[in-house]
Amino acid sequence: MTRKQKRLSLIAGGLAVIGTAVGLVLWGLSSGMAYFKSPTELLAEMPGSAQRIRLGGLVETNSVQRDGTDTVHFRVTDTVDSVPVTYTGLLPDLFREGQGVIAEGTLGSDRVFVADSVLAKHDETYMPKEVVDDLKKRGLWEDGKIKAQAEPAAAGAGT
Amino acid sequence: MIVETGHYALVLALAVALVQSVLPLAGARLGDGRLMQTGTNTAILGFLLLALSFACLVTAHVQSDFSVLNVFENSNSAKPMLYKVTGVWGNHEGSMLLWVLILGLFGALVAGFGRDLPASLKANVLSVQAWITTAFLLFILATSNPFQRLSPAPFEGQDLNPVLQDVGLAIHPPLLYLGYVGFSIAFSFAVAALIDGRIDAAWARWVRPWTLVAWIFLTLGIAMGSYWAYYELGWGGWWFWDPVENASFMPWLSGTALLHSALVMEKRSALKIWTVLLAILTFSLSLLGTFLVRSGVLTSVHAFATDPTRGVFILAILAIFVGGSLALFAFRAAALEAGGLFAPISREGALVLNNLFLTTAAATVLVGTLYPLVLDVLAGTKISVGAPFFNMTFGPLMLPLLAVVPFGPLLAWKRGDLMAAAQRLWAAAGLALVVVIAVLAYTRGGKILAALGIGLAAWLILGSLTDLAGRAGFGRVARGVALRRLAGLPRSAFGTALAHLGLGITLLGIVSVVTFQTELITTMTPGQVVEAGGYAIRYEGTEKRQGPNYSEDAARFTLMRGTDRVDTMESARRLYTARQQPTTEAGIRTELFSQLYIALGDAGANGGATVVRVWWKPLVTLVWLGAVVMALGGIASLSDRRLRVGAPARSRRRALLQPEPAE
Repeated sequence: MTRKQKRLSLIAGGLAVIGTAVGLVLWGLSSGMAYFKSPTELLAEMPGSAQRIRLGGLVETNSVQRDGTDTVHFRVTDTVDSVPVTYTGLLPDLFREGQGVIAEGTLGSDRVFVADSVLAKHDETYMPKEVVDDLKKRGLWEDGKIKAQAEPAAAGAGT
Repeated sequence: MIVETGHYALVLALAVALVQSVLPLAGARLGDGRLMQTGTNTAILGFLLLALSFACLVTAHVQSDFSVLNVFENSNSAKPMLYKVTGVWGNHEGSMLLWVLILGLFGALVAGFGRDLPASLKANVLSVQAWITTAFLLFILATSNPFQRLSPAPFEGQDLNPVLQDVGLAIHPPLLYLGYVGFSIAFSFAVAALIDGRIDAAWARWVRPWTLVAWIFLTLGIAMGSYWAYYELGWGGWWFWDPVENASFMPWLSGTALLHSALVMEKRSALKIWTVLLAILTFSLSLLGTFLVRSGVLTSVHAFATDPTRGVFILAILAIFVGGSLALFAFRAAALEAGGLFAPISREGALVLNNLFLTTAAATVLVGTLYPLVLDVLAGTKISVGAPFFNMTFGPLMLPLLAVVPFGPLLAWKRGDLMAAAQRLWAAAGLALVVVIAVLAYTRGGKILAALGIGLAAWLILGSLTDLAGRAGFGRVARGVALRRLAGLPRSAFGTALAHLGLGITLLGIVSVVTFQTELITTMTPGQVVEAGGYAIRYEGTEKRQGPNYSEDAARFTLMRGTDRVDTMESARRLYTARQQPTTEAGIRTELFSQLYIALGDAGANGGATVVRVWWKPLVTLVWLGAVVMALGGIASLSDRRLRVGAPARSRRRALLQPEPAE
């Protein structure tokens, strides 16, 4: 092989691998990522069941129901709107009514959100960042806590 | 007084670092030997001051001096002594101090062991090293002072985050930092070479052992962190593609590439410019990792405190060092003499392929980690890129690389013979094929991907053994001769074989646990029995207990095979009183390489019932044992005589003074 051929084969090989990687990344991003939505945004946009969603908000007070199996029903609220969620499995530490939560899954055609994973906060001071940002954006966050919590939990009524 | 001493020592260390940033570099420019010599002295002095400062902080923690804000926020008088010490780096300020301490340690090591380095290279390296130290000391003193006092002093501290009160955490951050920060040496050498405009094979011989040291620690640190997450978080997973994990994984990938490309440079004087670039990129990824973890842009157990000024400060450090070094590279790389070319089918070609795949894979991880952050900043859209993305991109890029790994060491430098290598590997390939067929038969054809994955792992393991066997000449010469030859092989041959063997072992663990693990989530009442991993597991009941700074509900389980009682297991949930924070203490029983894993769910979140999660995880420990074998390979390679503090001149001199026994 001449010098030129050696160099060309090196460049061709490199481009092939990098091209493959770019293709994989684009493909992965189109199907492997999940959008964060608040209940209000979710109900306004109604994405199809193929789109993975991270639904974030607070667990609505008095909404958690168990039907004797491993499946749990609850509602996630951003104090404006709320979305019913079903989840089968073990709920994480500190999953409580009135506390921050992120449910990851898809929205079914019956407007019920089917979660395949549920994240709650790790400790007393930690709240899912996306939920905090979302609440801040809409002025529902004050002095490091949720404004609505100071009043009697009138979930859904807004402030 | 002790606290003020620590603070003062930190300020002095900054002053020393400033001197070290300028004088040795100026000396190298002017050719002044005495100015260059200041680098060695200041590096050692700076390290001693940092060590003093760190010792003062440890003392404050051990004495539970709550008049120090850092101690008040992260300690408690009831905390066990071990965690009082490890709590020093279980928080933002303390861990940054540890970061700089390790930086100082590496600088001092170069100063101490680098006697045979060309004086100007050494001076430049130490100056560059001091730039990094200066930046991070400024960061600590301006935004994250661990010696901040608190007045009036509270009576009791707030305790350390309970998930961090663990032996795993005692060693995970120091190991990881030794890895992260260790790459700063490669970076400093690269920048020094660019400043000098000179680079040769001796440079690579110097850089490789330092990179190897950093890589060994990073490998162990990542494995330790993964195992810690596995047993402490109680989720039963060992890798979540969490941005914080990726932050340590990216420097590992590019550091691995750097190890291999430095090898080409050392042996063949090729890939010089690329190696310099990789050295810069690897440390840049370490800095990026520090930024991601320490700035608070991510929420995780690692984000101790979120203070925007800190994030901006680290971002500035990141921009200056990454931008500056890359700009320097752009201006000066042309001045470096390019290395020779080589045939694509050769040891060099194989190592280039390795570099190509590893850096591309690191780039995809980088995209997946940063894309959500960038999109959030630019468009305000919040997305998360999770495991599916990484499985789709990282996986396909790793598979071809893993498949060709066994060929690499069998190819000759300059011009390799693929057919000859294939002939030597046919036995390994045949056996790997048998493994594939056996797994297919065992699963009745149900798990094709798993069969191929396990086959690939077998191929890696057997391939690395083939390399050793081939070098020793097993099958060609008498067994006794071959054994003697095996013992006489250079340690680097064992290093290569062990590292690749470890890769295969890790892969075997991953494929096995992903495919064959069983998971069971159920509510249980005392006396109830569930089955997992061939055992009947009987729940005996739960008792309340009191620990030093927590209370716990410990559930007892009896393991039975048939009617024989085999063992008992315990799994607990703790509530740490100071922070009112629960943790899971999973019950884990190791059986050869497999584990039975029992975790209790949060009763409050699950309607008051005792929720039990039982996993049977076949061969799961291989995931981490493989990493340990890889690190052993690194150690073996490090002990190779050609790398043993490098320069041949010195060993000759020493050989004259005190004859060493021949190996």
